[in-house]
Amino acid sequence: MPVVRLAAAVLLTALLAAPAMSDASQPPRTSADQEYVPVDTAEEQLPAAPLVIGAYSVVWIGVVLYLWSIWQRLARVERELAQVSRRLQSGGTR
Amino acid sequence: MTMNKLFAALAILVAGMLAYAPIMIANAPYESTMGLVQKIFYFHAPSGIVMFLSAFVCGIASAVFLFGRRPSADRIALAAAELTVLFGMIVLISGPLWARKAWGVWWDWDARLTSSLILWLIFTAYLLLRRYGGPGSDRLAAGVAVFGMANVPFVYWSVNVWRTLHPKTTVVPSLQPGMREPFWFCVAALLGLYVLMLVARTRLEQRRGELDALYLSLEE
Repeated sequence: MPVVRLAAAVLLTALLAAPAMSDASQPPRTSADQEYVPVDTAEEQLPAAPLVIGAYSVVWIGVVLYLWSIWQRLARVERELAQVSRRLQSGGTR
Repeated sequence: MTMNKLFAALAILVAGMLAYAPIMIANAPYESTMGLVQKIFYFHAPSGIVMFLSAFVCGIASAVFLFGRRPSADRIALAAAELTVLFGMIVLISGPLWARKAWGVWWDWDARLTSSLILWLIFTAYLLLRRYGGPGSDRLAAGVAVFGMANVPFVYWSVNVWRTLHPKTTVVPSLQPGMREPFWFCVAALLGLYVLMLVARTRLEQRRGELDALYLSLEE
């Protein structure tokens, strides 16, 4: 049965070669995968400062915009009140 | 006139406190595990306290309006609802910025975060009802506000009842010296700011009421 033996040999070779082939398809390993290298200074992956500044900006922008909106609305109502008062004094209609 | 002077004095005091708060926060010690990002706490948690207080003010004023039919209570309720939404928005935006660094995610559907979002949505619904609800929406909205106020204790206790990523209520009472002072200073500053904005917003609603009365007398 030379055909069967040949097929078995091919299958065995393929099985043994599979890990090596799959390893070759992966990206090259970095040093951190294999060993840890000590350094004197480390950069944080996600810096905290922009998040802190962003959070405080949200507070200030929110408060300032709201105060501005109250001021605008109050000024509009005061203008309208003055107009209607004048019309009322002169005996006009809306 | 006395009220105006009192308002101006409080405004100067609050402006000074808010200007000094960043210095206190910068001098506060870093938290051991979170580092710099934990400094968001000094405005995030006080904003949450103000949001809860404002929800109570809105709910109580709404109940007074519902049962006592006092228009002044309705004006306070509307002002407080707007401020609940404003401070809720601050909490819901500053929280995820902190969480991104501390937890590694922007948002987690845990009990505290979800119930806070629901509270904010209830008061947003109140404002939408007042804006687009038509005649009679003031009473309907007052009912919504009372319901929203009843939700506050559940939001507060949620971190102690359910397992959440959010810190428990024990964090504030157990603050160490150095962290305690800037925290309570920020609470006082934001409470002062809240009172000022509540008075100004209520005043706007009072003037609107006077304008409506003038229009009515003009038509007669």
